[in-house]
Formats: sequence, structure tokens, C-alpha cells
Amino acid sequence: MKTIDKLAILADAAKYDASCSSSGTASRNSMGGKGVGSSEGSGICHAYAPDGRCISLLKILLTNFCIYECSYCINRNSSNVSRARFSTKEVVDLTLDFYKRNYIEGLFLSSGVIQTPDYTMAQLVEVARSLREDHDFRGYIHLKTIPDADGELLAAAGRYADRLSINVELPTRAALSDLAPEKDHRTIKLSMARIRARSDEHAEARKSAKKITNQRPKSRDMGRFAPAGQSTQMIIGAEPSTDADILDTTADLYASYRLKRVYFSAFSPIPDASTKLPAQRTSLMREHRLYQSDWLMRFYGYGPREITAGGDDTNSAGMLDLDIDPKLAWALRNRSYFPVNLNRDDRERLLRVPGLGVKSVNRILNIRRWQNLRLEDLVAMKAGIKKAMPFIICAGHHPGLGEASSHTLRQRFAPAVSSQQTFDF
Amino acid sequence: MSGHQPSLFGDADTAADQAVVHFVPDFAGWQRAARAHLTADVAPQAIWWQPDPDHVAPAGQSARAARSATVPKRFIELARAAACHSAEDRWALLYRLLWRLTHGERHLLALAGDADVARITRYAKNVRRDVHKMKAFVRFRAVDEPGFTEPRYVAWFEPTHHIVEYAAGFFVRRFSNMRWSILTPERSVHWNGQGHADSAAKPWFGPGAAKHDAPDGDDLEAAWQTYYASIFNPARVKWNAMRSEMPVKYWKNMPEAQLIPGLVQAADRRVADMEAVQKDVDALHCGPRPATPEATTRAETRARPAFSLERLAGEAALCRACGLCGPATQTVFGEGPANARIMIVGEQPGDAEDLAGRPFVGPAGQLLDRALAAAGIKRGEVYLTNAVKHFKFTPAGKKRLHAKPDYHEVAACRPWLEHELALVDPERVIALGATAAESLLQRRVAVTRERGRPIALGEREVWPTVHPSYLLRSNAETGPGFERFVADLRAAMA
Repeated sequence: MKTIDKLAILADAAKYDASCSSSGTASRNSMGGKGVGSSEGSGICHAYAPDGRCISLLKILLTNFCIYECSYCINRNSSNVSRARFSTKEVVDLTLDFYKRNYIEGLFLSSGVIQTPDYTMAQLVEVARSLREDHDFRGYIHLKTIPDADGELLAAAGRYADRLSINVELPTRAALSDLAPEKDHRTIKLSMARIRARSDEHAEARKSAKKITNQRPKSRDMGRFAPAGQSTQMIIGAEPSTDADILDTTADLYASYRLKRVYFSAFSPIPDASTKLPAQRTSLMREHRLYQSDWLMRFYGYGPREITAGGDDTNSAGMLDLDIDPKLAWALRNRSYFPVNLNRDDRERLLRVPGLGVKSVNRILNIRRWQNLRLEDLVAMKAGIKKAMPFIICAGHHPGLGEASSHTLRQRFAPAVSSQQTFDF
Repeated sequence: MSGHQPSLFGDADTAADQAVVHFVPDFAGWQRAARAHLTADVAPQAIWWQPDPDHVAPAGQSARAARSATVPKRFIELARAAACHSAEDRWALLYRLLWRLTHGERHLLALAGDADVARITRYAKNVRRDVHKMKAFVRFRAVDEPGFTEPRYVAWFEPTHHIVEYAAGFFVRRFSNMRWSILTPERSVHWNGQGHADSAAKPWFGPGAAKHDAPDGDDLEAAWQTYYASIFNPARVKWNAMRSEMPVKYWKNMPEAQLIPGLVQAADRRVADMEAVQKDVDALHCGPRPATPEATTRAETRARPAFSLERLAGEAALCRACGLCGPATQTVFGEGPANARIMIVGEQPGDAEDLAGRPFVGPAGQLLDRALAAAGIKRGEVYLTNAVKHFKFTPAGKKRLHAKPDYHEVAACRPWLEHELALVDPERVIALGATAAESLLQRRVAVTRERGRPIALGEREVWPTVHPSYLLRSNAETGPGFERFVADLRAAMA
């Protein structure tokens, strides 16, 4: 089979992994080296597919042969898809050739499980090793970690890769053992724990080295372990878990393994699907609301239970409102928290105002140090003023006495709020 | 407008009254002229900024000599970016901001609502976005060059603002060992590799070019297009999301963008085809399926000797008697010699124990180790375990906060503790904290009153004392609190 034909199969097989991030790793470039590559903190999306997803990395599987039988997966053992396997050299050459033409930031390599988890993991690590050691490649590498793989392989993976990830796949243990019998939450979490433990060790070693020499050690001298951390992904809507289940698991994972990101992937039809799966695809809006909630937990100080406390009737219990964003939904349920005085209240309270993002809040706090904040300031800095108005007090603005009920406000925003407005991803 | 702002557009504000300032229209050129005029105390409304690419600065206007004022670093960053903007009023805007910053409004940049600040912020943002898109959407094409084995990589790009110099450093750092050129209508930039690792080497800039000066194809583009088409998921077309991040104006120079209309058109049919086919699990295509992790653990456990701690630990690893197994990583079972005379029972594993799978390895465990050593007890000679074997926590950002196990969770875990007691059969059990003491004695225990003396439990003695995490919380890692803890341990051993 020609490399380009394998590429068609093994990219198609990899597209259900939502992550394509290339950010947050150690700064480096190819000056003084022999190969290509750099990373300067923020990632770069080199193209966008018509599904609106960023293409930053060459995201492929090493092989889509897989002995596992995960119902939701296009590559499961019983799936009647074409199968292929890249050689190490094919992946290395494609990565370098694409990189030199500025198509990509690097490689995101995953694989179906062949023979054993250790064998599969060793193949992935060898590609990363070859890129780094044989070609002095300094671009981004994301390696998917096979749960249960040996600790030494994990250490090697962390040495070459910027980011490691293990997919938790589904929000609950029961759902996973039902749909992916060869995987289980226990072994997946054990692998995440090992990655966190190793990162902690390296961080500790760097800290003590700094204490002794009073200088920040260069990452190259210290050896590095996955400087961009670890992430995971959950499939949404392939089984009956509620948004509350999903966000609880998400909060637990962030806290337990210091994940950089939890990605959500709305279940979408795959070719040759199993009857165990729902016939319909999950709404992309549900996925979007979950991402907004994830943002609220990470940057706005919301707890998972606050976000999903809404839905009082049994149908919507534990589910997010699809018509309005979760921050507005929380504000409408908690009117007694408002109005927030933009000139007096603390940062924590300002962050709860619908329409105000972290950037706007920082700007407001800056202005406040020098002068009273006026409504015009919000207009000039293009804060989400329409949404914020009923919830704030500032110089020149007081919500009216006959203030609108939550019901009216919901009506006002529900149809108008497009999924892209409130949050920048 | 801020009340502090001086009047910039007074009655006298006509072109006739303005001095025409010629300068090279880039940041350095503007900076030189601006410094000279700031030193001469020329107000913004008295200057007409006249860009002149061929301008030669008067000898007196050297960059350093005219250093007349200091400004916040952030102004320089914003100004460097905004200077690349295509708007003609940027130079006057920059000078007006410089003037205000040095005339009583040093804090000006903090006022995001100020019209000048909002504008320079917007200009800088536009430029940075253009630079970001250049980093993203430049597509190199390989061209053979006589005398070289490696090709030169040449790209054609059409930026919106004057960003070639501003953005060039990125390509130098990333592709420092390649020879490359980026051609744009206004400027071109070239790099010949690092040569002899001369890190001071700079790219050089030339005049603008035309699209036909760049190569019109590359053999790799077929592979790239294949990748682009294959990574697209037809079940989630988001046309607007794509266009807002990859505006149509860039498409003409991106080989993959030619595929977009066809991909979108075929998407619905492809999804309908997928949704039409559903089937039960049938023939395997990739060989036999492996055993499930749980079955493997069970088989391994069954292979261990009956009535042994190892076997018990294996069984406990799969315990789901309460809800704590959901969030926790793993069961943290006891460890130590099966014939230990002393068993130490804590409350539950913490963050470190949950990750490592071993009891008493975190901060409280280290304090216990110190106390055991002070009491003359070898850790290896005692059996260490917990009343509850999963870590109960509340997530708080990237940390887990210890949560006290409730009555049901302690009760659900009690059979494991009883089995451990039966197998190890210790003479004495040291209970660290109330949870452990209560689980063992099955009654309320006030540790502070009952510590330091034995309580009979059948033929065994239970010696309650505080949990080391209590000492950590009350800052008693040394001193009387610690000494008393050591004394309790010593008494239990005697």
C-alpha cells in the first residue's frame, strides 16, 4: 500500500480525537541545532477543516488494527473498515515533510492496540525517539498513552513528547465497561496517576536544583517530562450519563491528575456502527455548553454542582440549558447575587457577571484603580454589555426598579445567543 | 474621554499650523522622530506625520541621544505592533499616546475605556492576528537550487498589514536550518540557513514580488490534501466556525482550501450513509480480543494463596462496596509483615497515597515515620493500614481537598479491616484518629480523652491516639504535641 493511501485511512481513523492543541510547552527553537522546529508558548492552527476544528498537528494512528472492541470506535476489532499500518520511517518522513512546508506544528500520534499494550506503546515511543534523536526535531509531539503500558515506556514517552494523553472515553465506570469491555476506569486512572507522579517528581527536582544554584535549570540539562502536561477526552451522548455526571468526573480528573484539558467529543455516527450505540448524533450545542462549563470551572471559580443545579423538572435534571449559556443560566437562577457593583465588588463577584470575560474583568479592575468605571468604558472595551446590563451597577448605570424577571431575560437572550458569542476558545 | 485629557483638537488645529515631520514609516523611524519632537516639547496637534521611506534622519536624531522620557514597557510592545497597521492615522495616534503618557497620564494604558487606548489596543490586536495568520497559513513549496542537495522553500503570502519584518523572526527560529524565502506584494524576506552556527545571522529583506515569482506547486501537496480531506468529520459541519478562523481571503494561497466546497457538499450524504448501516458485533478482523482488565486482576488474585494478605489485597482492589471507588484512583490496601505484633490503623489514604497505592507515604506518613523512629519503632516491623481504603476528596481546581468519610463508607470498608485483623492477628492496634478508633471499637471515641491507654477489643488492645495529619494541621510537627504523639506510640509498644 502506498503511503498516501495509508494516510487516508489512518487520518480518517484518528479524527475522532478532538484535541489538536499544540500550546503550553517549553519554549525552544532550532537555532544552533540540526533539524527543524520551534514552539513559543501559544499553539498555531495551520488550517481549519469544514467541521470548524483546528488542524495544528498531523493527527494520525500508527495503525488502525485493534484487538479491542469499543463500540463507539471506528477502529474496533469487528469494524469492517480498511486497515493499514505505517512504518516508523513513514510517520517520521511525513511529519518532517509537512513541517518543513509549514503545514503543521508537529505530530499527534495514537494507535489501535496490537499484540499487547506494551508492544503498541513501544512502537509509538520509537517514532517520537526517532524524530527527536535522529532528526533533532524540535516541533510539538503529542503521544497517546496506552493504558496499562509499562512504566519505563511511559518515562520514555514523557522524555520525547510534549504532551501525553489517555482517554477516559466515557464519564462513568459502568458506561465504560458496557461499551469498552477491554478498558476500565481503574487502569486508565492508574496510568494518569503515574503520569502525574512523574511530572511532580520532575517539578520537584527542578525546584531543588533551582534552590541550590539559584538559577532556573535549562530544560535540556534537567531532562524533561511532557512539559505540556496531560489531557483526556470523553465521548458525550453515546450513553445516558447526564451533564452533571460529566462535569463531576471532569472536576475530579482535573483535581486528581492536574490535567491540562478535558476534551468533550459529541458522539457522531461512524461507518459500520454497532447497534449498541444511539442512532442519532449528539447535538454539538451540548458539547459546546459542556466546554463553556469547563471554562467556568477552570477560570471563573464555579463548582460543577453550581453549574448543573438548574433543571428542576425530572426531564432536565442534571442537564445544561441548551438555549442559554451556563453562566447566564446560573445568574438567572441566582438573581439575589446581583446586581454586582463594578466599582466596588471583588474580582470573584465580577467574574460571575454574564457577558464579562476574564479579560474584561481584568480591565475593569485596572480602570478602577484610577477612576470610576462608567458604562462608556465597557462599550469602548467591547465587553458583553447587552448581557451584563441587567446584572451590574456602575457609574451611569443602575438596573431599573421595574427590573426584568428572570423569565423575561431568558426570553430576551435565548433565541439571540449564538453559540459562539460568549466564549472565545 | 477622560477628564485629564488635554485638548488635542483646539481651534488652531489646521494643517497650516502643523509642522510636517518626515520619517521612515516603521517603528524605529517613528521612534527616532518622536523622541526628537518630544524633547523639543512639540505637542501632538502641531505635527503632521509624513511617512517617507527614503527619509534620512538628521544627524542629531540618533536613536539614543534623544532619549528624553521613559514609558511603560507595555506601550513599546503595543506601539511596535500598532506601527505595522495599515491605518494611516497610526503615527499620530502613537505620538498622542506618547505625549499623554509623558504629560501627567502615566497610568493611561490602564484605562481600557479611553478612546486612544482602545484604538491602539485594537490596532495591535489586528496586527498580531495578521502575524498569527501568517505563521499559520504560509505554505512553503520546495524548489531545487543548483549546487544544493536540499531544496529552497518558497512561499507566497498576502498579509493585510505591514508585518513581514515583524513576523520574520518566527520563521528564522523555526526553520533556521532551511533555506527559505517568503514573498509578499510589498516585501520579501530570505534566509539561507544558519551557516556556521552564527546566531547573529539575520534574514534579509527585499522588495515585493508577484505571485508568479513563487513556485506553483509541490509534490507533497497531494498528501497534505489527502490528510485535510480525511481528518474532516462530515457529521459536524461548522461552516461559520471555520470561516471566522480561516477567512476566505486566505484560501487562494492554501492548497487544501480548494477542497472545501466538495467536502461540504458531500458531507450530508456521507453521514446519511453511515447512519443507515448498523450492525451487531460480528466477525473479528484483528485477531482474538484480550481478557478484560477486571478478569485479569481476578485471575491473578485467584492464583494467590488462600487466606493470605496478597489475596485479600487483590480482592479489595476491585471493591465497589461504596461510592468512593468512583472518583478515587485505586484501593490503598495495608502493607507490612503478615505476622506483625503491632498494627497501625489510620483514617483513609490521602492524595499521595491515592497516586502511589501505598499507605502513609504523603506528608502525614512522613510525620508518622519520624514519630515511629523517635519512639524506637521500625516501620518495616508494623502493619500499616486505614479504616477506609479509598481516598475521599472534594475537587478544588487542581487540588483535592480531604473529605471526612461518613458512617456508611466506614462501615462498607470495615470487612476489609476485620480480615486484615484476622490474618495479621496483632497483639496491639494503634488507632490514629477518631475514624480508625471508632471503626475498630464500634462506638464513639473521644481521642483526646482516651489516648495513651489501652482499650480492650477481645484479646487485643486498641491504643487510640491522634492522627498525624492533626499534628500537621495544628502546626505541631515538633514540640510538645509531637512529643506526646511519640509518647503514645512508645506506650503502645511497651
